[in-house]
Amino acid sequence: MLLTLHKREEALGRGAPVVYLCALALSLCVCALMLALAGKPALGGLAVLFRGAFGQTHALLDALLKAIPIFLCSLGVALSFRMQIWNIGAEGQFALGAVGATWAALTFGGQPAVVLMPLMLLSALILGALWGLIPAWLRLRLGVNEIISSLMLNYVGILVLEYLVFGAWKDPLSFGFPMSPEFPPAAQLSRIWPGVLGKLHWGLLACPLAGVAYSVFLNRTRLGFELAACGEGERVARYARLPYGFLVLLVMGLGGALAGLAGSIETSATLGRLQPTLMVGYGYTAIVVAWLARLKPWPIAFTAFLLAALRVGVEAMQLELQIPAAFGQIMEGAILLCVLAGQFFLTYSVSLKRARPAAPKASPQPEEAQA
Amino acid sequence: MSPELIIALLAATVQAGTPILYATLGEIISERAGVLNLGVEGIMALSSFAGFMACHLTGSAWLGLAVGGLAGALLAGLHGVVCQVFLGNQVVSGLALTIFGVGLCNFLGTPYIGQSTDGFHQFAVPLLADIPLLGAIFFRQDALVYLSYLAPVAVWFLLWRTSFGLGLRAAGEMPDAASAAGRNPQRLRFSGVLLGGLLCGLGGAYLSLAHTHLWTTGLSGGRGWVAVALVIFAFWRPGRAVAGAYLFGGVMAFQLRLQASGTNVPSSLLLMLPYVLTIVVLVFSAARARSARKNGPTARNSAAPAALGVNIEPVG
Repeated sequence: MLLTLHKREEALGRGAPVVYLCALALSLCVCALMLALAGKPALGGLAVLFRGAFGQTHALLDALLKAIPIFLCSLGVALSFRMQIWNIGAEGQFALGAVGATWAALTFGGQPAVVLMPLMLLSALILGALWGLIPAWLRLRLGVNEIISSLMLNYVGILVLEYLVFGAWKDPLSFGFPMSPEFPPAAQLSRIWPGVLGKLHWGLLACPLAGVAYSVFLNRTRLGFELAACGEGERVARYARLPYGFLVLLVMGLGGALAGLAGSIETSATLGRLQPTLMVGYGYTAIVVAWLARLKPWPIAFTAFLLAALRVGVEAMQLELQIPAAFGQIMEGAILLCVLAGQFFLTYSVSLKRARPAAPKASPQPEEAQA
Repeated sequence: MSPELIIALLAATVQAGTPILYATLGEIISERAGVLNLGVEGIMALSSFAGFMACHLTGSAWLGLAVGGLAGALLAGLHGVVCQVFLGNQVVSGLALTIFGVGLCNFLGTPYIGQSTDGFHQFAVPLLADIPLLGAIFFRQDALVYLSYLAPVAVWFLLWRTSFGLGLRAAGEMPDAASAAGRNPQRLRFSGVLLGGLLCGLGGAYLSLAHTHLWTTGLSGGRGWVAVALVIFAFWRPGRAVAGAYLFGGVMAFQLRLQASGTNVPSSLLLMLPYVLTIVVLVFSAARARSARKNGPTARNSAAPAALGVNIEPVG
């Protein structure tokens, strides 16, 4: 038997979901194996995961809640991935957005919500965008690799947040815990319908707005088309006289602003104060989501919800089986690796062929020789 | 600062630089073969646990080191399979590998937090340890540090003085040419990835077996990313990697000493130092590379391997 590869004439269309499902199944097997390795029930653990994630209404609502920041960050990184600019700094931009919102909430605390909320949003957007523009500028001006610089700024951004809550913004009433004072009510996003929709807050509205803006920008504007063309690489873009530098700044700035927006929504709606526990890795999950969804807005929304549900499921596993929270990371990594490998079958077909000598004259057929 | 303190600080610099040196050398081999592996952070995290666990169970530090290296090679092999066999995007696969590796380290390692292990101990090398100044800095260390003095030379020899190394570099510069010369670029790349992963794994194992002797998660703490940055700083050359690794070792050691001395500077600002320094170092190397490029013939000496990050498409 011999494996032969053929490049498909066009990428697999209808069969694609099968490929994705197989990749997902494979990654679940890997995760089950890891559970067994840690001495936990493998199948029972996965059952808890799925029941915890999809079993109850409040779990689904919780997933929707967690999907908000993931979706916003993911749109941001997807924008830059489209032009092969590897912005992996969403985590740090998220942190800076939270810092910006907190600054406005603590400085203009006396203002009514109509004034305070826009101020918080604005400062979050600006700080997030600035944090994203640093690696963009370094790359354009000096040729610094944006993967590493944006990642390093994640660590720095989180430490900036910690520096503030351990120092200048520390709540005098917090008994030494690193947290800012609680925001005034005008600075807290309210819940939509507390009795029915649980903790779901008005920040949810930002998602459809950002999603529609994203697809209009990409599909209906000149800049959006130019951005897609830049995906072919810097040399092509420069040859076609596209405004490559401007587009790099634009996508990194917008990506940072989106992550900053997510950060401000999270501080204002879920915690109501600035705290290091805000940073739970949404910025990294967003990268996984963006790639799994192949950078398209609707799939990003769907995938963001799925991975958020996974986080909820892992919380159930933590409670019931004392499984460390890091299990969620293993799942994200395994799914991404499997899907990445699986995408090969979208462009290549593999067929099994019996190994036969090329020229029949040269030697007898193997089966006949055996007979 | 008294002279003793400075010597102690320099000795700590060498210790802190050693894991970064191993990882940087590993990544140099991988990238020379044309495969960008952004999973170093994940590899170091997993290997630090694998090494600790093996040493914890068997009591043998060397076995711990071997298992750590093996774990590194295995995880890198996963990256190799995804990118070489299934043609996955190398950047994304590397990121996924980091997420997976760090997750696995935290998941498997959580129950053992706080447990200590024997690991490697410092011993003085006869004669060499008595050299004034240098002896105290370089030759009163543990076996892995001594091994790390030989590692850059070994990697240089492998890459520039053996036929295997020539093929490996060809696979990273121009896979078609390697193929035309009768070499198998895919196989060469895969061995580069595995060998690189092995070295990164040794760096990870160093963290738990020699650096701390105490298991806790998050030991790698961004060192893998520093190594990826240092490869650029080193212009893909083992010799320059030594300078970069010790520079970072110095900053990390200094920052730790300063924290321990009870300074007024907030610890979050001190912890930022290595990360900010990484960006500074990248800016510096970018400027160096740019000025080297202007000088014409030496330009290739500072540039990345030409086919770095580009997968080899199968024929047929």
